[in-house]
Amino acid sequence: MTAVEQVADAPALAVTSAYKAYGACVSLAGATLTVARGTIHAVVGENGAGKSTLLRIAYGLDRVDQGRVAIGGAIDPARHSPRLARARGFGLVQQHGALVPSLTVAENAALLFGHGALVDVAGPAAALTARGQALGLDVDPHARVADLPVGVAQRAEILIALCAGATILALDEPTALLTPAEIDALLAALRRLRAAGQTVILVTHKLDEVRAVADAITVLRAGRTVATFAGDAPTADVARAMVGSEIVAASAPPRPDAAAPVLALRDVTLAPLRDVSLAVAPGEIVGIAGVEGNGQRELVQAIAGLARATGAISIGGAEVRATVAARRAAGLALIPEDRQLDGLVLAATVADNLALGRLAELSPGLRLDRARLDAHARALCADWDVRPPDIDGVAASLSGGNQQKLVVARELTRPGVRVVIAAQPTRGVDLAASALIHRRLAAVAASGVGVLLISADLDELLGLAHRVLVLYRGRIAGAVDDLQAPDARARIGALMTGAAA
Amino acid sequence: MSARASWKDELAIVGIALLIAAAAASLLMIVAGASPLSVWAAIVPGVFGDPYALGQVVFKATPLVFTGLAVAVALDAGVFNIGGEGQMVAGGVACAAMGAALPGGTPMVLAVPLCLIAAALAGGALGAATGALKAYRGAHEVIVGILLNAIVAGVVLWLGNAFLFVGDATATAAIVPGAELPELGIAGSSASAAVVVAIAAALATWWLIARTTVGLRWRMVGQGPHAARAAGLSVARAQVLAMAAAGALAGLAASSSVLGYRHAYQMGLDRNAGFLGIAVALLGRGRAVGVVAAALFLGVLQQAGLVVADQVPRALFDVIQAVIIVAVAATSPMVRRRLARAPEAAR
Repeated sequence: MTAVEQVADAPALAVTSAYKAYGACVSLAGATLTVARGTIHAVVGENGAGKSTLLRIAYGLDRVDQGRVAIGGAIDPARHSPRLARARGFGLVQQHGALVPSLTVAENAALLFGHGALVDVAGPAAALTARGQALGLDVDPHARVADLPVGVAQRAEILIALCAGATILALDEPTALLTPAEIDALLAALRRLRAAGQTVILVTHKLDEVRAVADAITVLRAGRTVATFAGDAPTADVARAMVGSEIVAASAPPRPDAAAPVLALRDVTLAPLRDVSLAVAPGEIVGIAGVEGNGQRELVQAIAGLARATGAISIGGAEVRATVAARRAAGLALIPEDRQLDGLVLAATVADNLALGRLAELSPGLRLDRARLDAHARALCADWDVRPPDIDGVAASLSGGNQQKLVVARELTRPGVRVVIAAQPTRGVDLAASALIHRRLAAVAASGVGVLLISADLDELLGLAHRVLVLYRGRIAGAVDDLQAPDARARIGALMTGAAA
Repeated sequence: MSARASWKDELAIVGIALLIAAAAASLLMIVAGASPLSVWAAIVPGVFGDPYALGQVVFKATPLVFTGLAVAVALDAGVFNIGGEGQMVAGGVACAAMGAALPGGTPMVLAVPLCLIAAALAGGALGAATGALKAYRGAHEVIVGILLNAIVAGVVLWLGNAFLFVGDATATAAIVPGAELPELGIAGSSASAAVVVAIAAALATWWLIARTTVGLRWRMVGQGPHAARAAGLSVARAQVLAMAAAGALAGLAASSSVLGYRHAYQMGLDRNAGFLGIAVALLGRGRAVGVVAAALFLGVLQQAGLVVADQVPRALFDVIQAVIIVAVAATSPMVRRRLARAPEAAR
């Protein structure tokens, strides 16, 4: 490596006019990011705006097609690599953990910055503990990564990056899977890092976090840097820059009159779910909050008929056999958590995906009514603003938000729907699509459909639901009925961590 | 059979594979002490300039169309049917047994369909059993298929020796004349009207997969079993039915060997045609039209091996087949789709 000139006020990281395309998909089209030393710099943008790609090219995981990357000093694009990035003090904590699950935290650290054939675990372990204590990020260095909750595994990853010598730490959506308390702890740790002179790059789409810690904000839209703000810029301005237009926040439809529930669970058990009873009235949106892994997945599987649970589940007042087909026939619509796995057949066309599970309605005979399927798909694509509206293109080629629109459109527009199970309906979905999905969920509820909204996003729950139940360790730890109350958020947060249990 | 890769991509994949195979074959010819140029020069007129040879190509391609479709259909529903060999043998025996059991004067319009139904039922039952073991018991279809191939071979030998084989030969009694499919009369070649059955089967398969709701359900199950299940489709039913159809298609290969050629079932008839179906389906990119073309191509290869037998060992053409399969598999859309999805996941 050539000597890097360290000018005092030179930026820690500078990406200039970066272009990057993956095949036909242009991910960056003129992105510029300049991060001053010793600051917390937020990179915000809708999903698919190119935030992750920007980090990948900065870190050397992907090569820019055009543009320059400088970490401390200029980097020859052809020679950029994660190894070089780390050598220059740039550490990246990716969205999906990059640690080896079967190894301990210290072993992972040894793997990353060990040299030679012998593994030194004691050294990294001590370093991790010391660093962790200094920052308030506690991690047992001898715990197996697979056994750690997501939040702790992420702390471990941050500590390992720091111990590996990172002075510039980039975090990609670090709070996506954390509880409110964990988020606060993380943000506090980031402030401490800044106080110690470190540079932090925080990629996120949660503007409240940005507001809490950032010194500067770079906004990406469609692969371009469209604006930069100071950290204290009004959130509305930043949001407007992100989406290019004002977003109309969805709000819960008027609370329905008391009526017989369209969905009722009595003592439903499917490990770790235990004795869950709940009811959703027609027109009601019931939110399920909770840290992931507390039974949300099983709750969805039990209601959808994807797994056999004990207890009674009735739809529209009658108990329904535990098969997906029977539950759907009774009026259940499912927006699964993992749209790419459970929601869509990625290799199939948009038209075929929009007919998935609806063939009996759209093409009842043996002969495939292609014309009707296509007309149905065109109508839904137009109504839901699916872009591009290419019904013959494969679902895999759509962005996350548009993929989710396909799933939600298909499920909500099914005739005879009485209950909608919406599991993380806007996760990883851009703001505009999120707003559309929220409006449509509110609209179906207003039309008398019951909605069970399972979400890790408190804003979503508070904005959309009439009341919120909190799942903690498989049980309903409590309910918060008055979501307008100033302490609603805090009460949900407390229930999520079991504090009020 | 829709919306996978464009025709242009598919042709490019197959073209590249064939070029690689041709290059590898040329190298092997040199190793075998022959001049590639003279070998290729002998093949072209030897196969394409000779009506008899072309007839033999059709004859050899006919069972491969069935076994290729048997793999392609199952793959559409996400099941890898490696049991085509056993399904074909079972179909052959059932077909011959039916053909021999019919009264001597049974007219063709009755005898041929009955024999074909027997072949399809026998193969289909085996296929359905494989599918059911996978769908309801979680048994891996490849293991089950391989084991069933061996079991079928054993059972056929036992059944044959105990009941069906006549005289000292390991062959069944001749089928009634009404069940025989006539030869096409191409320069004395063995090509028979079974090729018509093969084309009909290919058309029917195409229609079923591309133009019916059943086919669409199978494809959705094959490409996205989780999403299909969450949408209320029965993955098990689709896979069992698709495997039944696949087995029936493999069983129908008997129309060529039993009804059109040997007029009886003989142990070893069309040996390996079931396995070659995998190559045919891969090379034909899982589409009915492609399967027919690929079967013809393998027929050409087999005939070419005979034409130049004086210059290079016949085994060379088996090697070429293998190279083509590996090359196609390496460039297949499935592989490319995975590559194409990487950036999607990265964002």
